[in-house]
Amino acid sequence: MEQKRLILDSPLLEITISRLCQQLIEQHHMFEDTVILGMQPRGIFLAERIKTKLESLLAIHIPIGYLDTTFYRDDFRRRNAPLKANATKVPFIIEDKKVILIDDVLYTGRSVRAAMDAMIAFGRPRKVELLALVNRKYSRDLPIEPDYVGRHVNTLASQRVLVEWKEQGAASDHIWLINKQDL
Amino acid sequence: MQQLSSRHLLGIKGLTPEDIELIFETADTFKEVINRPIRKVPSLRDVTIANIFFENSTRTKLSFELAEKRLSADVVNFSSSNSSVKKGETLLDTVNNILAMKVDMVVIRHSSPGAPHFLARHINANIINAGDGTHEHPTQALLDAYSIREKHGSVAGKKVAIIGDILHSRVALSNIFALQKLGADVMVCGPNTLLPKYIAHLGVKVELDVKKALQWCDVANVLRIQLERQQIKYFPSLREYALYFGINKRLLDSLDKKITIMHPGPINRGVELSSDVADSEHSIIMNQVENGVAIRMAVLYLLAGTSNEKKQVNK
Repeated sequence: MEQKRLILDSPLLEITISRLCQQLIEQHHMFEDTVILGMQPRGIFLAERIKTKLESLLAIHIPIGYLDTTFYRDDFRRRNAPLKANATKVPFIIEDKKVILIDDVLYTGRSVRAAMDAMIAFGRPRKVELLALVNRKYSRDLPIEPDYVGRHVNTLASQRVLVEWKEQGAASDHIWLINKQDL
Repeated sequence: MQQLSSRHLLGIKGLTPEDIELIFETADTFKEVINRPIRKVPSLRDVTIANIFFENSTRTKLSFELAEKRLSADVVNFSSSNSSVKKGETLLDTVNNILAMKVDMVVIRHSSPGAPHFLARHINANIINAGDGTHEHPTQALLDAYSIREKHGSVAGKKVAIIGDILHSRVALSNIFALQKLGADVMVCGPNTLLPKYIAHLGVKVELDVKKALQWCDVANVLRIQLERQQIKYFPSLREYALYFGINKRLLDSLDKKITIMHPGPINRGVELSSDVADSEHSIIMNQVENGVAIRMAVLYLLAGTSNEKKQVNK
């Protein structure tokens, strides 16, 4: 039986986040019209780290919001029970802003579709970009691709990507690939 | 993933404290939604809801309808005053006809206690009780307890006095159940004739002096005198009721503490509450109305999600 396999650990993750920040600076310069939206529940930790890193690199302030997609999902009433929502905190209007949507794992793309639907409640963005720490290749249900990627991985439907953040109480950051029957 | 223990909301009596807490936590997220620039989410876009009101209502009906529309449900309204009920159709026939038009959820208000329970036994939609006679009015009790939680941080350990026409009030009974399940201390107060005979058996304190009740409580939930349900005279006159049980600013000022005033509406100004109390900073009546929409969105969302599609397919 296959054990869980480490995809990224703390030091490597630090390097990856730094690289993602540099790529963002290439595109967004001083972030004058750019806002960050972290996707609940686990994308917000990555979003906060990227925001902190960018702010210390550039000595600027970047608006950040948390977006919850529960009420916008397309699988309501197709599950046995409704999903519990997390808080949405978007303390600004995204009208005419460039939005960087951040999540930890990109899999089927359905959450991202829901997130694009959800963000429209806060205005019409000029442009939306997607940043994912882990891109599970060849597993998309929808025509959605990320603009910035931490790590591409090939996965099977029977596998799961597990992200552990220090902010959630883990000893250190880890990203694992796990076979579902081992869970 | 969490869900309610029932696929209907018939009364507070059938809910667990965990159910109530889940509804409150879900209502928190919907309260944020209804304060956004765009106050609408698409969750219930493939759900059709019938609001069936056999009794008059302004607030509850509006509140349910707004909650349904903010969840993007399709809504049909029915009220008995302009329907075939007048022509002698039975409750079950009326509702079955509406269901034959493919309705997923039914919100019902009826003058007979148990009408929603009767429907839940006979039809396959999710049923929400919006008031059945003098029995229960669960969403009102949920929004009342939610408003107390919002104002005071929690419901547990709070002293709540329910004052007025307890005998004819479905709000009183649902409130007693909800508050007790959440760990509050409950007192009822009113003229002896308007207190049900065995009310103390529910584990509530009984008080006949409104000043003592106010002195005891942290929150006073003041109920309307329901003249339309009173077949006989329970007190000599409204003027006398206002004199002995009406709450005015002078009475509140005479207490050595500040209490919160609630009212489920509609208010009979000058009878159970004077205007200088209803519109004062003591009152959270308008917060109750706002919270009503969030609570009803939470209930609709949680119940719609638990409706068992597989069961419907197998049938």
